[in-house]
Amino acid sequence: MIPSDVKQQLIGIVGEKWYLDSSNDLYSYSFDATPIYQSMPDAVIIPETVEQVAAILKLANEHKIPIVTRGSGTNLAGGTIPIKGGIVLKMTRFNQIYEIDQQNLTATMGPGVITADLHHAVESVGLFYPPDPGSMRISTVGGNMALCAGGMRGLKYGVTKDYIMGLQYVLPSGEILRSGGKAVKDVAGYDMTRLMVGSEGTLGVITEMTVKLLPLPETKRTLIAFYKNLVDAARTVEKVITSKIIPATIEFLDQGTMKVVDDFAKLGLPTDMKSMLLIEQDGPEELVLRDIEKIAEIAQQEGAAQIEMAKTMEEGAKLLSARRAALSALSRLRPTTILEDATVPRSKLAEMVTEIERIAEKYQVQICTFGHAGDGNLHPTCMTDERNQEEIQRVEQAFDEIFHTAIRLGGTITGEHGVGLAKMNYLPLKVGDGGLELMKRIKEAFDPHHIMNPGKMFPSQGRRRLVVKSS
Amino acid sequence: MKTKQNQQPACETTGGIKTKNHLLEKFDMDEIMNCMHCGFCLPSCPTYRQTGLEAYSPRGRIALMKGIAKEQLALDEEFEKNMYACLGCRSCETACPAGVPYGSLLETAREVIEENKKAKQKSSWIRRLIFKQLFSHPRRMDALGMALWAVQATGLQTLANKWGLIHVLPREMAEMQAAVDQVASPAKRRKRKKVMPAEGEKALTVGLFTGCMMDVMFYETNQATAQLLTKVGCEVVFIENQTCCGALHAHAGEKQDAIELAKRNIAAFEEINVDFIVNNAGGCGAALKEYHHWFLDEPEWLERAKKFVSKTRDVNELLFELPPLSFSKTIHARVTYQDSCHLAHGQGIRNQPRKLIQSIPGVEYIEMQSADSCCGSAGIYNITNFDLSMQILDDKMKQVKDTKAQMIVTSNPGCLLQMKKGIIRAGLQDQMEALHLMDLLQRAL
Repeated sequence: MIPSDVKQQLIGIVGEKWYLDSSNDLYSYSFDATPIYQSMPDAVIIPETVEQVAAILKLANEHKIPIVTRGSGTNLAGGTIPIKGGIVLKMTRFNQIYEIDQQNLTATMGPGVITADLHHAVESVGLFYPPDPGSMRISTVGGNMALCAGGMRGLKYGVTKDYIMGLQYVLPSGEILRSGGKAVKDVAGYDMTRLMVGSEGTLGVITEMTVKLLPLPETKRTLIAFYKNLVDAARTVEKVITSKIIPATIEFLDQGTMKVVDDFAKLGLPTDMKSMLLIEQDGPEELVLRDIEKIAEIAQQEGAAQIEMAKTMEEGAKLLSARRAALSALSRLRPTTILEDATVPRSKLAEMVTEIERIAEKYQVQICTFGHAGDGNLHPTCMTDERNQEEIQRVEQAFDEIFHTAIRLGGTITGEHGVGLAKMNYLPLKVGDGGLELMKRIKEAFDPHHIMNPGKMFPSQGRRRLVVKSS
Repeated sequence: MKTKQNQQPACETTGGIKTKNHLLEKFDMDEIMNCMHCGFCLPSCPTYRQTGLEAYSPRGRIALMKGIAKEQLALDEEFEKNMYACLGCRSCETACPAGVPYGSLLETAREVIEENKKAKQKSSWIRRLIFKQLFSHPRRMDALGMALWAVQATGLQTLANKWGLIHVLPREMAEMQAAVDQVASPAKRRKRKKVMPAEGEKALTVGLFTGCMMDVMFYETNQATAQLLTKVGCEVVFIENQTCCGALHAHAGEKQDAIELAKRNIAAFEEINVDFIVNNAGGCGAALKEYHHWFLDEPEWLERAKKFVSKTRDVNELLFELPPLSFSKTIHARVTYQDSCHLAHGQGIRNQPRKLIQSIPGVEYIEMQSADSCCGSAGIYNITNFDLSMQILDDKMKQVKDTKAQMIVTSNPGCLLQMKKGIIRAGLQDQMEALHLMDLLQRAL
């Protein structure tokens, strides 16, 4: 509960219109895109200026009220569920692109800008912002930054952290700070910018960001290869990379996903195949054509049963539709769809997919796998029904084993979705007790009263992975 | 799709004790659970784009329905406000990766609200007037048409404007009034021939679904539709006893009334053997094509409804499939198209109207940005949620203006009225007209 005098002060800061606490409004911010989790906030506040954010944080800090920063609420790790109640701080009014600097190749904007809007804005002047998470049409750049979102172009272009150059952020104390900027080289002290990226709202609130831009690639081409087994597909990926070709995208679909996609989108995929790869290269036309031909050759040598090459960009987009339809098709099967992002080094791809198949069989749960083969970032996706407690328990056990397997193979529990609530109990598995302790001390320095997104990232004793908390 | 229906008289309240469990069973929990709250619907939602608030988004509304169904939220005025703040444009269905039938979830939510209110006897007199007294009775719609005609014909409108009488009307009605066209005289409407023969060899017999509002306010458009159909070999029959499609009732939670209207239409069109039942209003068409979803508990009617649905076509579909219209005139104009939400998102008909426009000699077609985003008309939304509707319309008009078109074409009477109103609001009366696609096609004959 927020004491009524504090509520009045908060309303004084943002105005009545931007302070929400009716039952329907609170309920509609009790969840995000993560299945199963739900918890009610005490208020939803939608600030417009950095000064308002600073005043809100200062007040919340004094009264130890939790602050859960939120963009469009599309994250998949429960990162924006107000598990301890408090204030949902919705940053969508910070939705202006302030500047596209064509000399320095940067863009400066508020964290509430929609990712796809940034893409359109920079592409209209021939520039390029590569991170393209699946939710880019509605996700905010601030949310992308807080979770260090990836996407399909990670292999060649990296992820969000590779593009954030400068930040303005507010600490729980109300201090407004800046880090980084437009200078490409900047080694003045600790790299606070990198620390903030991926911090999942546990350290401060981002109020402005400057990102790096690239020249927009001239053209792109796509090819698909189908395989009778997993190993050949995985070897194709390895061979392409060792041939010194870095495609923009290498996506992978397993047989289960192919079948469901084909059933849904009627694309005429050869569903007797064990796997398919979708490879896209971008750049100057000559180089793109050369690379794609070379990749086709490699795929052939590595035993692809069937290869299709797009002749135009439009045809390529059509081929990509199979991959884009994956989530849609899978999510229609059962009421609850749990999309995970266990990630392994590229070279362990085949092994990981085989393990996931074995684990799904062992626990008798339905898991299909697709994902970004180029960077080893897989999306084992479980179709289940959250109302069936017994099945959910088996799902939990299966994912437990999948995370352990990813770690054993030298990978990680999460490639691009973040830790949040969903994977906090697995964090020690990846970073170790020492790592966890250091992270906690960093958190302490920023947020001594633990108001910033409390109950996230760091494991709490004895909490199961899946928690359903209703109001 | 599994749908739980509970046809028991809901909510028999006695002594103020709520027994709403019957009502809550109406919610289709399987479909509510199928929403994985990914948020992909948010950018497609006109009310979310205006407000930025989750409760004004499809994802938020489905969550609220879940809250009601699980009795975590109260079935109160706030929930009612949120359910009626939705345009029902269904553009979220196009965006939804999981195929959630949002339109039918919304209808159920509104049905639950209305049943609950009836049980508490709180239904508003305006709603009763609109739904019970007007749309359900073609004769009364006729009377409304006659009144409108009389006002226009006698010049009372000018007088009313001059004397400022128009300001006595609520502003919602006043703005609507300004956009209404010259309606056909009652005599003219009575004299309509019951059958219009096909020109040349008869290929098909079609029954024209005239609609209630369509036939009063856009009588000429119905006539144009019939004429166009005769040009491509259709004999057009005007079936008596047909009535309002029931879409507005269903969208407003008056499901029983909607079902009664559907039964009258099904029975009316069974009397004559037609190949197709053709309509020219996207909103009505979507409802006509979903009649079979309304009779899941009445097997006999379900069969009859399925037959009706199998014959139902939007006129765009039919004209697109039949031999091309031969035009004798050239229309030199820059033309753009505003999708009818229930034609595009509800029936998946996007390409056909555009191709028909482009088939007219001389027309320069320009695609408008976000053409399939709702104009804010949405049945009676522009009366019940006037302010938000006008915000959406004013945004739409910016995109209309960007096209520099001289004509904005639609396929639904509600959208057409809204676009006419939009042109007035944007001060574009001298540069642009709004018209129904059938009227445009007829001009080029």
